Amino acid sequence: MTGSGFETSKRTQRRYRAEKRFKALCIAALTLAVVFLAIFFGDMIRKGYSAFAQAKIQTEVTYNERSVEIPLAAVGEDVRKLVSRGWLRLIPKQVEANPELMGRTITRWIVADVQVDQYLKGKHHQLDAEQQAVVDRLVEEGRAELGFNWTFFTHGDSKMPEMAGIKSAVVGSLYTLMVTMLVAFPIGVMTAVYLEEFASDNHLTRLIEVNINNLAAVPSILYGLLGLAVFINFFGVPRSSALAGGLTLALMTLPLIIISTRAALRAVPDSIREGAFGVGASRLQVVAHHVLPLSLPGILTGSIIGLAQAMGETAPLLIVGMMAFIPDYPTGVTDAATVLPAQIFTWANEPARAFAALTAAGILVLLAVLLTLNATGVILRKRYERRW
Amino acid sequence: MQQPKTTEEPSQPTAGGSPRPDPMTEEPVAPANESSPEPPVTETPATKASKLTARDLNLWYGETQALFDINLDVLDREVTALIGPSGCGKSTFLRCINRMNDLIPSVQVQGEVELDGKNIYDPDVDVVQLRSRVGMVFQKPNPFPKSVYENIAYAPRIHGVAKKGGEMDDLVETSLRKAGLWKEVADRLDAPGTSLSGGQQQRLCIARAIAVSPEVILMDEPASALDPVATATIEELIDELRQNYTILIVTHNMQQAARVATYTAFFHLGELIEYDDTETMFTNPREKKTEDYITGRFG
Repeated sequence: MTGSGFETSKRTQRRYRAEKRFKALCIAALTLAVVFLAIFFGDMIRKGYSAFAQAKIQTEVTYNERSVEIPLAAVGEDVRKLVSRGWLRLIPKQVEANPELMGRTITRWIVADVQVDQYLKGKHHQLDAEQQAVVDRLVEEGRAELGFNWTFFTHGDSKMPEMAGIKSAVVGSLYTLMVTMLVAFPIGVMTAVYLEEFASDNHLTRLIEVNINNLAAVPSILYGLLGLAVFINFFGVPRSSALAGGLTLALMTLPLIIISTRAALRAVPDSIREGAFGVGASRLQVVAHHVLPLSLPGILTGSIIGLAQAMGETAPLLIVGMMAFIPDYPTGVTDAATVLPAQIFTWANEPARAFAALTAAGILVLLAVLLTLNATGVILRKRYERRW
Repeated sequence: MQQPKTTEEPSQPTAGGSPRPDPMTEEPVAPANESSPEPPVTETPATKASKLTARDLNLWYGETQALFDINLDVLDREVTALIGPSGCGKSTFLRCINRMNDLIPSVQVQGEVELDGKNIYDPDVDVVQLRSRVGMVFQKPNPFPKSVYENIAYAPRIHGVAKKGGEMDDLVETSLRKAGLWKEVADRLDAPGTSLSGGQQQRLCIARAIAVSPEVILMDEPASALDPVATATIEELIDELRQNYTILIVTHNMQQAARVATYTAFFHLGELIEYDDTETMFTNPREKKTEDYITGRFG
């Protein structure tokens, strides 16, 4: 060989080329993933952001016997066709809740009809020329405008898109997840602690372990069938209730919690257990005083991830009847309820155009909640991560 | 019988399982029995009594036998070193004495280990009580990831040895003083035990072990993960602790055995080959295998 002996040979050049090719492929894959993610979020935001604004009209509302009976009579003739009939139908309820309104005429902002809403947002609408002129005049007078869509967060589902909101779905999701966690967390953690810390390693425990791992991979709709058969048909839990849905989701989340808890327990080094046994701690003391506190961040992280998965789950809830039209939010776990993803699905099936925006807005809310949950999990793990 | 220890022929412990024809029937000698008929004048009796006795101890990991007919007397308030090549069973034997092997499901133990004449494998023996009498220090320092104070206070609390508050504070201080760690950690008892240096952590583990006033302390290569300075500190500490505790120390380091131990037992392939006072072991071993190991021909 001539020269310094450090020149690249053909062989090493080939190696470098292969390395560059591989790196380029990886970057391409990553770019593709990022692009898809960006398209997804961009599309959702583009479709959904308009649902966070809502057309409102300022008008005089008369509360009297007649308007309680015929709500349309509560507002002036000029805006009668432009305000939300869904809102007007709430007049009897408003009077019921607040009797002193009776016999008074109040000037207030009320929700506009969906067509006005679509018109103001520059979307496809069905207002005739005359109505358009009225709306334009109202806007000029400052009596009609687009404001923040509080209805979306304070109302339940409705057949009228301007009156439809996610409140009942959010409350339903909260109840359902509460049931899920109350059931799945203690059972899952105790199962994992038993398998990991107490049970001896024999054929039975190994069989159980394999089956738990398999359960985590079972299609979620099967859990729905199981929930239907066991909870609703056998135990008589009310159909469509948060209890039925929560228990079903608990079945589905259980393997996840068990697996993540076992991983967290296994991450605690044996030297800690030996140290505790060595000073004469009993097995329960070793687990309760040392192993569990040390593995808690990991257990919580796994449970939060499981919770996030349960939150986004739809298929099993379809079977237990939670894909329902729920205008009033549930007040207990046995009331008929729906959940956020099911609400999104219901809206996606609605023919009215305005529901498309609601669907996208619902997806954005769901994504925000899921991202928050997962971020909490990650932060917990980062903060309490321990190295031995 | 004028010079202490070196001429202490009767208390010379028995080695079992050696290549000799029948060690068990030949010399079933318990030093305690032999020393009692002729009480020496110049010696404190405490140093002569046998604290621990292994009798025909066999141990299996599943199908594999790891200990073969171990017969060994450990003398009270002495340091006894267990040496031998890796996998010779010295650590396994050590773990028989506080029944840490119980934690491994496949382990089967046959034979007896007597602590003050009571077989610790008897069904009426409470393992928790046993471990409060036989403390253990591990190869890798393993303080609990809690405060220094909590590391010491944990065992006394679960055994109900000391009450919360002043009594516990005193116990923590005494234990740390005995382990020679008090001066270094007095002002940071709330710091996590894992924040100490390796040598300090190991002394913390020793303090943790002596907090419940055990009679025997088992040390499984306590200095093997430490630097030479920390090792020297630990060895000095062992030298001080010998006054109050019976210490069994497993070590890979023969110089360490020579420095700290009064008696040394040599294990090989699960058998106790030779057991004698350290000086004899290192200068004039009876067995060829011992000599080969000590001179570095294998191991």
